[in-house]
Amino acid sequence: MARVVVNVPAEAKKGEVIEIRTLAGHPMETGFRRTQLGELIPRDIIRTLVCTYNGVEIFRADLHPAIAANPLITFNTVATESGTLEFRWTGDNGYSATQSATIKVV
Amino acid sequence: MKAAVLAVFLVPIAVAAEIPPAERRSGYDFMSRETRAMQDDEVTGPAVLSLLDGEALWGKLGCASCHGDAKASMRGVATRYPKVMDGKLVNLEQQVRHKAPQLAYESRDLLSLTGYVARQSKGMPIDVQPVQPQLDAGKAFFFRRQGQLDLACSQCHDDNWGKKLAGNSIPQAHPTGYPIYRLEWQNMGSLARRFRNCLTGIRAQQYAPGAPELVELELYLMWRARGMKLESPAVRP
Amino acid sequence: MNRRGFLLLGVVGVAHAQLPPNIQEIRKKALDEAIRKVVGDAQVRTGKVKLDVPPLIDNGNAVPLSVEVESPMTEADHVKAVHIFTERNPQPYVLTAHLGARAGKARVATRARIADTGAVTAIAQMSDGSFWSDTVRVIVTLSACLEEGLI
Repeated sequence: MARVVVNVPAEAKKGEVIEIRTLAGHPMETGFRRTQLGELIPRDIIRTLVCTYNGVEIFRADLHPAIAANPLITFNTVATESGTLEFRWTGDNGYSATQSATIKVV
Repeated sequence: MKAAVLAVFLVPIAVAAEIPPAERRSGYDFMSRETRAMQDDEVTGPAVLSLLDGEALWGKLGCASCHGDAKASMRGVATRYPKVMDGKLVNLEQQVRHKAPQLAYESRDLLSLTGYVARQSKGMPIDVQPVQPQLDAGKAFFFRRQGQLDLACSQCHDDNWGKKLAGNSIPQAHPTGYPIYRLEWQNMGSLARRFRNCLTGIRAQQYAPGAPELVELELYLMWRARGMKLESPAVRP
Repeated sequence: MNRRGFLLLGVVGVAHAQLPPNIQEIRKKALDEAIRKVVGDAQVRTGKVKLDVPPLIDNGNAVPLSVEVESPMTEADHVKAVHIFTERNPQPYVLTAHLGARAGKARVATRARIADTGAVTAIAQMSDGSFWSDTVRVIVTLSACLEEGLI
């Protein structure tokens, strides 16, 4: 059960720059930590976040182990038209999570 | 003359005073502006996912069938624990486990559910009862020198709060925000886990999860923090 | 090779093997390499970029940071990408955010892991091929009272 949260304003004026906040539940295991016995714990992180707005990619982030656990990524976009924003996180070991949010642009 | 000499021995060795009620400060006040902002962020703060999990569990485990909407029924509950239930002093985790024994101590589910319950008391003053003899036992623990470093909790948290230890400010040790998202753990954790960290820090005897000594200490600390506002779930370094 | 040469080679070889790796140098080299991969031969100028990260950090596991770049964000003149690096982490990359004119505002925020006291650098890649940067030096403090197995 991949837990994600997106915060998109429900409504915006056409041309307004809106802020989008996203949060994904993930340990972001760096691959640099060791167990008590000295064994390396393998890397397990979210690698990419992609956001599309009515099908057009408006934001992409490449995440690295230096992103803290439960990654927060906040970015902006111009409210161009009403529609749907789709968010997709992908990562190591086949991790995948999606979320969508609708926006009304007046 | 003899009386005067005797009087000298009867004068108590100056014990740095317990913190006066007006000077009590939550651990929140000792954090940087940025860390405080993480706690205040109720949309994308580090503890938010745990709260959402807790809300889901409230439904999934059937808590609602007796307790209804947690926002109403659980309001104020977390401010009153530890308390005596069925003749035994229990903290909030233990009371939740009593109803859902399948949830292990420090498990993600127990922390989420406890956090969700505690959240319903956010902003309310801590209101525990001075249960005896457990309160005195907890207080004795707080003032007892222990471990390889022969330190008592009071020596840092009553006598030297505000000063630095390893670069971090020493807080007063009021459990105003549990369960917390501790940045060090990169995860949610209970007050008992935090105690175990302290005991490791002073190289003292450890206590198992659910140990009565830790619940007594929790009672004393909550009593010491009575009237202070609950912040659960808090973020701490 | 004569015996003397052979022995000399052996001594130098052993001496070299005994030297501990200079971690700081290795990481600095990795950072320079990572920046070079992004920037190529272009010159990186300071300015336009505002990296907001607390100078004194409570705990290096989760450090709120944001980068904002001055730019009209038009099709003709916008920020293509923002790259964030650290100097002292085991690997230098933190985040690469691909923006574009549709962003409206060239700002990205996240929570990073910063392992040790040192520099954090943000580089903005503009649509005209230019690169701008901002660097902040941060001090990372350790929490007291940790789990077993740590301090």
